[in-house]
Amino acid sequence: MDEGTLLEWKVKPGDAVKRGDIVAVVDTTKAAIDVESWVEGTVHELIVQPGETVPVGAVLATFAAQGEEPKAAKAPPVPEKPEAKKGGKKTAGEKTTEAEPAPAAAPATPPPVPVGRAKFSPAARKRAQELGVKPESLTGTGPQGSITLDDVERAAKATPAAAPEKSRAAEMRKTIAAAMARAKREIPHYYLGETVPLAAATAWLAEYNAGRAVTERVLMAALLLKAVASAAKQFPEVNGFYRDGTFTPAPAVHAGVAISLRGGGLIAPAIHDVDSRPLSEIMPALADLVQRARAGSLRSSEIADPTITVTNLGEQGVEEVYGVIYPPQVALVGFGRVAEQVIAENGAIRIVPAVRASLSADHRVSDGHRGALFLAKIRALLQEPANLAKAEP
Amino acid sequence: MSASQKITYREAARQALHEALTQDERVFLMGEDVGRYGGTYAVSKGFYDEFGPDRIRDTPLSELGFVGAGVGAALGGMRPVVEVMTVNFSLLALDQIVNAAALMRHMSGGQFNVPLVIRMATGAGRQLAAQHSHSLEGWYAHIAGIKVLAPATIEDARGMLRPALEDPDPVLIFEHALLYNMQGELPVDFSGVDIRHAAVRRTGKDVTLITYGGMLWKALEAAEQLAKDGIECEVIDLRVLRPLDDATIMDSVRRTHRAVIVDEGWRTGSLSAEVTARIVEQAFYDLDAPVARVCSEEVPMPYPKHLEDAALPQPEKIIRAVKGLFGKTDS
Amino acid sequence: MSSSKRAPGIDAVLRHPRELMIALLKNMVRIRRFEERCAVLYGETKIRGFLHLYIGEEAVAAGAIGALSPEDAIVATYREHGHALIRGVSPDAIMAEMFGKRAGCSRGRGGSMHLFDAAARFYGGNAIVGGGLPIAVGLALADKLQKRDRVTACFFGEGAMAEGAFHEAINLAALWQLPVLFCCENNLYAMGTALARSESQTELTVKAASYDVETASADGMDVVAVHEATVAALERVRSTQAPFFLEYKTYRFRAHSMFDPELYRDKAEVEEWKKRGPIHNFSARLKAQGLLTEEAFLDIDREAHEEVERAVAFAEAAEWETPEECFADVCAPETTG
Repeated sequence: MDEGTLLEWKVKPGDAVKRGDIVAVVDTTKAAIDVESWVEGTVHELIVQPGETVPVGAVLATFAAQGEEPKAAKAPPVPEKPEAKKGGKKTAGEKTTEAEPAPAAAPATPPPVPVGRAKFSPAARKRAQELGVKPESLTGTGPQGSITLDDVERAAKATPAAAPEKSRAAEMRKTIAAAMARAKREIPHYYLGETVPLAAATAWLAEYNAGRAVTERVLMAALLLKAVASAAKQFPEVNGFYRDGTFTPAPAVHAGVAISLRGGGLIAPAIHDVDSRPLSEIMPALADLVQRARAGSLRSSEIADPTITVTNLGEQGVEEVYGVIYPPQVALVGFGRVAEQVIAENGAIRIVPAVRASLSADHRVSDGHRGALFLAKIRALLQEPANLAKAEP
Repeated sequence: MSASQKITYREAARQALHEALTQDERVFLMGEDVGRYGGTYAVSKGFYDEFGPDRIRDTPLSELGFVGAGVGAALGGMRPVVEVMTVNFSLLALDQIVNAAALMRHMSGGQFNVPLVIRMATGAGRQLAAQHSHSLEGWYAHIAGIKVLAPATIEDARGMLRPALEDPDPVLIFEHALLYNMQGELPVDFSGVDIRHAAVRRTGKDVTLITYGGMLWKALEAAEQLAKDGIECEVIDLRVLRPLDDATIMDSVRRTHRAVIVDEGWRTGSLSAEVTARIVEQAFYDLDAPVARVCSEEVPMPYPKHLEDAALPQPEKIIRAVKGLFGKTDS
Repeated sequence: MSSSKRAPGIDAVLRHPRELMIALLKNMVRIRRFEERCAVLYGETKIRGFLHLYIGEEAVAAGAIGALSPEDAIVATYREHGHALIRGVSPDAIMAEMFGKRAGCSRGRGGSMHLFDAAARFYGGNAIVGGGLPIAVGLALADKLQKRDRVTACFFGEGAMAEGAFHEAINLAALWQLPVLFCCENNLYAMGTALARSESQTELTVKAASYDVETASADGMDVVAVHEATVAALERVRSTQAPFFLEYKTYRFRAHSMFDPELYRDKAEVEEWKKRGPIHNFSARLKAQGLLTEEAFLDIDREAHEEVERAVAFAEAAEWETPEECFADVCAPETTG
């Protein structure tokens, strides 16, 4: 995740650009992403040509200083006219920062505001270099969220330089083993399943995404997450921690998102306050979380805070999933693949997109009756997607 | 274990002076009320009768005059110990300390050195209000050509005078007025101290507290409290404010990666600022958090006890500053 | 005005041996030629910084310092070229100091205002007005405590008498009965401020006497008067082991420093005083009394010129101190223990 390929320029030297205009398309490893400008000005020079792969943070283009003549694009690596925006497979640069996309088009003046430059203690920075730990993989626990020596050491331990993937995977496997064994040993699970029609949700999403840039589009996964959290808010017995024989409901819903890692293993960090944030915030948070989870740069609070876990194995094609609760949580909601299903409704048969939702819950804390009502609530919420998109539906 | 005697800081300072007067004919004590009165802080009590008015020389209230006379007497082959009652009054003698004593060796091309010792009480904490509570050691530590000492312990009160008198250049000794009644152990076979090094008064791995003089004891108290919270402080007593012992400071900071400087002086342009700058210059890449400072509030010292306390560095403030260097840890 | 005070007549009897008379004249000429050359060198930027010329006041340094014994100490001001020269500090070393060269009497670090010489017991070269006074008291205190029969002569201008340092110092010296000769060079102007504009009591001996100190006043334009008054004062200091305040009424012919446009005094006043020029008047007296010929005077003058030229050549050829040397000499080299 430290380089990207420029797919296409949407502007050329001399073009006036407003804040928010899409200036380029960049290929990330996941998807093509529109790059919007964070500044206003006139494009001066396109520095990176379509097809070039550049490190994150590289200047893609400059804006003209006042009174400066726009510069012709420099000769591309292949004999192509600068205007030729198409032709061949073209890839592009990519963003790294957490909350917001980094400015890909870097102006000459004013300079791009570095989005959330990590506060890095000098000692930590030096140590990270020595250990070969990548800064973007670090999460700060020091004053003002700064990255400290400890953070680097911890990260280095988690990913030793020699054979990072292997041993990290092994380490993670051990952790998962311990947690799951404990869950199955201690938690009396019960399981419920329910088919949730997603016709309304699918239609609403399609409409919602139609007018939006790639980066602003919302995926079904985010909507499902929001539905679980909104429902859990009303069912405290599925949202909280069971410790030392006592259940403590959580005041907010921090939804743990099960993310499979490339090197193997699984992690379920939290998106905080899903119950009280609008969908428009959940989506970027989810994208960001997935990216950082895979880069190994999660915040410690994200690891510790989930109050309920959501696992979504639909991409893998399974119809349904019955998960194992992550202690000390007391419930897990699983979603299978979203697919067209035959549904009988009001004496008629309809073919609609639907998903199989499941609940794994802790019998020490809740019973099947309440669990069923919880699942039913999730289903009901998903029938009114516009409402669900609000902060607190 | 060697035997030790329990004495006060005052007695330690007295013993040091007594020894100097006994062992070197060139040594004499000069200052306001050092003689018949016995010394404002009773450090020279009894000396007038023992050594006579020539060597225990009461002066008029003429700080500029008698400090300058000390410079001249040092130039003339004596080893004067000039007592300026408090640092507050030393401002009246600044010209002689700075323009004469400190510059003489260099300005004269190395021909004239000034082996002068100036002692003065410093610091607040006795409800003496604005004009009698200064802590201006940092000002003096700014001046090239002099050495500045701050004995904080019984051993230093007893031991620093001898090397100060042996030093061929002017040495200023700042005794914190709150320390005179402090009691402590002094080994009977006490063999002296140097005036070149800072001292580690407590070892710890998590953060370095750098301080001197009266603030040493507050820093140590804070360190005790912090230890209960699992934060191990190393406490450095600078002892010598000029020239600063960079090596001891940096050695510690390179191990703990964090530094808090506790200085009774006002923050702006203070000795704490100098120490901070040196740490940043010399140990920047070893720092794991910004350098923090606990100094006096920038206000003329108020008289009421609660306001005076509030204006001065206190263990609680030190603890807060230290904790501020540690983020939220999740372990 | 003090200038109206009657100058000694050309025929006023000179009771002293001719050798002494000639030596006094010679020393005045040496100072004059040295400083005139300094002014030129300043224009040539060989000498930089502040340069305070003594021209017009030579009789004081020549007459007073000649009265001191080699064991006595001198503490002077920033207008001290003449004092150093008469005290026997090498002219070469003084000039090298003015140039800022390592061979200077202060290794070139101090320049015009900071001439020092341990061998001559010449304690500066103090450029803070009044700064030398307490030091002189301390030097005398050291002598007293060590039971040495020496006097410390402290030169200062009348401007310094407005400083607290003067009052503190003379009080201490009187209180402790210390052998200090307070040599007040009253040239009537503290930089540009006339005496009457800076002192409520313009009779300086009256001020000093309030400290229960013996005082006297001498015509600072007459080298013989200076010499006699100083000899007498020193005799009192040595016999009483107490301080003495001696005022020399004199006048500075040149500006305060090289930057002074002299807006504070009339040209006529300066011209009036110049009629009492110490070298001119004294050489005329000596000639009138048959103690000096024009040839002899020209010889003296030539020798003074040669001395200065040798000093300039020496200073030119001398080397600069390196930053390493200079910066390493602020305190004594690290001693063990």
